[in-house]
Amino acid sequence: MGRITLEGVTKSFDDTKVIHGADLEIEDGKFVVFVGPSGCGKTTLLRLIAGLEDVSGGRILIDGKDVTRLAPAKRGLSMVFQSYALYPHMSVRRNIAFGLKMARMPKSEIERRVAHAAGILNLTDYLDRRPGQLSGGQRQRVAIGRAIVREPKGFLFDEPLSNLDAALRVQMRLEVTRLQKQLKTTAVYVTHDQVEAMTMADEIVVLQAGRIEQVGTPLELYERPANVFVAGFIGSPRMNLFEGPVAKRNGATTLGVRPEHLRVQPGDAVVADGCEAWGGTVIQAEHLGSDTFVYVDVPGIGTLDARCTGELRVQVGDTVTLLPDMHQLHRFDAQQLAMA
Amino acid sequence: MATQQTQKLARILIAPSIILLLLWMIVPLAMTAWFSALNYNLLNSVTSFAGLGNYRYFLSNPAFLSSLLNTLVLVGSVLAISAFFGVLIALLLDQVIVGRRVVRLMLIAPFFVMPTVSALIWKNLLMNPVSGLLAWLWRLFGLTPVDWFTQVPMLSIILIVAWQWLPFAVLILLTALQSLDQEQQEAALMDGAGAFDRFFHLTLPHLARPLSIVILIETIFLLTVFAEIYVTTGGGPGVETTNLAYLIYSQALLQYDVGAASAGGLIAVVLANIAAIFLMRIVGKNLET
Repeated sequence: MGRITLEGVTKSFDDTKVIHGADLEIEDGKFVVFVGPSGCGKTTLLRLIAGLEDVSGGRILIDGKDVTRLAPAKRGLSMVFQSYALYPHMSVRRNIAFGLKMARMPKSEIERRVAHAAGILNLTDYLDRRPGQLSGGQRQRVAIGRAIVREPKGFLFDEPLSNLDAALRVQMRLEVTRLQKQLKTTAVYVTHDQVEAMTMADEIVVLQAGRIEQVGTPLELYERPANVFVAGFIGSPRMNLFEGPVAKRNGATTLGVRPEHLRVQPGDAVVADGCEAWGGTVIQAEHLGSDTFVYVDVPGIGTLDARCTGELRVQVGDTVTLLPDMHQLHRFDAQQLAMA
Repeated sequence: MATQQTQKLARILIAPSIILLLLWMIVPLAMTAWFSALNYNLLNSVTSFAGLGNYRYFLSNPAFLSSLLNTLVLVGSVLAISAFFGVLIALLLDQVIVGRRVVRLMLIAPFFVMPTVSALIWKNLLMNPVSGLLAWLWRLFGLTPVDWFTQVPMLSIILIVAWQWLPFAVLILLTALQSLDQEQQEAALMDGAGAFDRFFHLTLPHLARPLSIVILIETIFLLTVFAEIYVTTGGGPGVETTNLAYLIYSQALLQYDVGAASAGGLIAVVLANIAAIFLMRIVGKNLET
């Protein structure tokens, strides 16, 4: 079991408030990702759950039990740090076993658990090495091994993949997700990378400036962002957002349309009733083969980014017409909130 | 920097300094070796060849063995004190306390006081049995003041030298503590390690290397402690605080026997090298990885 509940959790450092009352319910076995720009308080929130920081207000409950004032080790959670934080003077075996040793577990049980974790993580051949003799990906796996042997109620990951190169990151992303599904242990994962968030999460928590902006499944956030910030943050390339007469005409203060929902047509186009069509000039075209990214300068709107599947023969300076999918327009009011 | 060309050039360019250093070392050593084979007394203008006579004389001197022992006791005790209290004080200073910078500066200050000066301060201001601060403290509790340099001469010397070298250990260990990875500490916290577990499993292994450096460097300097002894006890009472360096000095400049002093000097060089080899064996392992 590992149900983590936050009730009005706040955190201040001296006079600066960094978490403004977070309410959150993390269901048992769920993979929850905290995502947001740097400085949004996602790591602080994770450290509050871990117990590495004291909360300034509110309560944290694990399985309904108040753990707000409990020491980190007593909360039954384990954490994977950004720098891995392996103990450099100990072998991989002792690194993984350290937490169990501290819990005064019998030797035979420790050995069994270490062997089991090493088996899952392909570390069996490296058990007698020191962390300094391992590659980045192996160190990462040791850090995860150290977390899983304690059989915790929940895992806390603090940007664990940000020190790996791009290819390894994709591989570890899959491994971590698969492992979590296999163990069915609650996981809270912090990242600033929205692709990581979209691919790994059962549920995403978007944070900005110490506030929870929206909670939902990846597709909910993609299809129905609650406000302008979430709309701009989730999705890659990011959503086109603009104000002005065109937005007004569609009954919104800010209008948003994702690049993949813009059709690019060379030259002028015939516009059907009730549809929008925006003519402009291509200022940049990126040909990836599988996709074409076209940046179009539209008078009265600004620069719009369009993503077309397959190769599209357009060049810089061409005149094109952008046809938005009218069902996929996102309308936001003056408070930047999504309109029904 | 790996082509043959650059290696050759590098060798030529560093040659002058290496040759200078070599001469700097070899000439005095050769002269000492030469003097050690002579009957050479400053009161007697006639010198003659003595062979190994000076060595025989120096080694059979009863003061030699006791000076060797005194040297070991002095070096060992000061090393133990500065390692143990060094770690303790460094741990304290690493905490966030008010006025930390001032406290640090004051703690490091003794290292910058000349040995002669600090020995004089200890002798006249602190350990003087009549007017010293310690005597006053003893009397405050109704005790008879200790006459430090008569009753416990070796302990007094050890205290003075340790007082001088403790800051060095603190300085090195404190810098090492500040480079201790914070996330490792937090990981240990999550693993349920208490303060003692964290100290013995994380902090102490982290300090192994700086401790080795402290021991190595301090040993080199402690083998040749002289000023503190000269100023306070003059090697006495008897030969109780005469270490090897002081014995050689008394041989040369109190008994004017340059030959025997040179022989003693060379014996000291050999002994110091033996100590160095052992130290490098034991301590060097920590420096490798």
